[in-house]
Amino acid sequence: MTADVGTPVRMRRRGGTVAFALCGLIVLLASLSVAISVGAVGVPTNTVWGVFLNRLSPGLVEQTWSQGREAIVWDIRFPRALLAMMVGAGLALVGASLQAVTRNPLADPHLLGISSGGAFGAILALLHTGLFLGLLTVPLLAFAGALGATAIVLAVSRFADATSADRLVLAGVAVSFIVMAAANVLIFLGDPRATHTVVFWMLGGLGLAQWDQLIYPLAILCLCGAWLVSRSAALNAMTVGDETASTLGIPVARFRLIVFVVGALITGVMVAFSGIIGFVGLMVPHVVRMMVGGDYRRVLPASALVGAILLLWADIAARTVMAPEDMPIGIVTGLVGGVGFIWLLGRRRQA
Amino acid sequence: MTTAADLSVRDLSWAPARGGTPLLHPTSFDVKAGRVMGVVGPNGAGKTTLLRLLYRFHKPRTGSVSVGGDDIWHLSARDVARRVAAVLQEHPSDFALTVAEIVALGRTPHRRGFGGAAGARDRDIIHAALARLELHHLGDRHLGTLSGGERQRVMVARALAQEPRVLILDEPTNHLDIRHQLEVLELIRTLPLTIVTSLHDLNLAAGVCDDVLLLEAGTCIGFGPPRDVLTEAALSGVFGVEARREHLAPSNTDHLTFHLANKGHHR
Repeated sequence: MTADVGTPVRMRRRGGTVAFALCGLIVLLASLSVAISVGAVGVPTNTVWGVFLNRLSPGLVEQTWSQGREAIVWDIRFPRALLAMMVGAGLALVGASLQAVTRNPLADPHLLGISSGGAFGAILALLHTGLFLGLLTVPLLAFAGALGATAIVLAVSRFADATSADRLVLAGVAVSFIVMAAANVLIFLGDPRATHTVVFWMLGGLGLAQWDQLIYPLAILCLCGAWLVSRSAALNAMTVGDETASTLGIPVARFRLIVFVVGALITGVMVAFSGIIGFVGLMVPHVVRMMVGGDYRRVLPASALVGAILLLWADIAARTVMAPEDMPIGIVTGLVGGVGFIWLLGRRRQA
Repeated sequence: MTTAADLSVRDLSWAPARGGTPLLHPTSFDVKAGRVMGVVGPNGAGKTTLLRLLYRFHKPRTGSVSVGGDDIWHLSARDVARRVAAVLQEHPSDFALTVAEIVALGRTPHRRGFGGAAGARDRDIIHAALARLELHHLGDRHLGTLSGGERQRVMVARALAQEPRVLILDEPTNHLDIRHQLEVLELIRTLPLTIVTSLHDLNLAAGVCDDVLLLEAGTCIGFGPPRDVLTEAALSGVFGVEARREHLAPSNTDHLTFHLANKGHHR
């Protein structure tokens, strides 16, 4: 009786997971295709994949398109779309992980002030210190800023005894305000000619994506993402409670600290390349839990997938709503995410 | 299921900070393998503190806790998690984990490898724990949709999946109706493990425990069989009430009754 009841359930879930992964990958590729073909200059889908295939293996497809089209597809839109996917996946992973270790459904790199800290570090590098460490200056300082903001939020939440979910978020929002004020001072003091670019970048934008820089967010995403997935059992245990997780052999305080540092690393690097893109980390894990359940072995990969798809579409919207103007993507995610946040509050009230 | 182990506590004390007021004064006791020990006392007497020391959440200020002869602070957290499991009063936040997934958490300290993949043996143990607590039909339900009694059973199943030798329970009958209280106590009596449980209800404690430890303000007032420790005099002093041991005729059992000291004299 026992095995008969349990096995089909497990099989069904495993089948569902595979189906979800396949559907997700197909949607991701389709979204990528749309993201590259849509824009100020429309590019047919077969041209998009023709360019791609020819880059993989030159001469595979007969070139029926102009060099200009080729440049738009390969040099501008491909890196931009790939960056959108990485940023979406990264922020969603951070949100899902922070929600587990804080047991707080509202945890999100933006709401907790981590993104603001990253922006502060990036602005410091862009406007004041100069690129003294080369190309890595901006991501490194953004990471340092994100880590600093995380430390302040944790210190404030301890100081204010903000162990509850809502108070941790309040502490994060407060720190976020302070850090953004400091970042704005940096902009105010900076070179006026550069401020327009910086402000525009801060609103969230993927327009600066270049092939030779994509390796940094990709490396961070792969390393940190793999580490988080390898710790999914511990993340599951953390959702039950600190003491229970501790009785399961998890060094709770140290584990939470490492997850925060990893979260700051991902967030800092993503902010450095794309500016502040809010609410992806908040919303995606909730949507994902409705689709695949709460087990972090599924939540983390699914969050990365859905986050990537979501940001591709946010970027498509940002480029088409006011075409040919390129609207900052942070406006799109802020709008969608803010509405989603209100929905989440309503849902929590019912629960 | 693995076998029970002796639990040995020597001069155990704890305070929140160095030089802080001790919440538990040096306490020693032994629980032989397979026995059930109850921890009783008023609110704030140090019951939770003592349990936290037993499941290695607090580090003792003095003294030691040994399970099967090994000091738990000489073992890794993971090794202790394979010997000692705890059912606590934490309320899991609703992250959409199912009953089966919560129970599977019990396998965490036994797993190795990427993401903690489950083997066939893990699955058997999870199934056995679900079956033992009659939770099979609830395996796919989210924890948030269950009643208090069902949740408590899920947490016990999760602890059993850990294959511990010592099981610690913090007020396992809290918020349960009488039927579920009796079921939890029945389970405690039948599990072949060494069990330490805090209990508010002194009659339940007297009924289920082989030994009880009576705490008052962090000090052990008595340890031994319930009849010897839960005396009218000791309980009256510790709880600030008038306690009486009465004999119930049809069920032929002793029963403790309590009255506020000043109001009981009208007769």
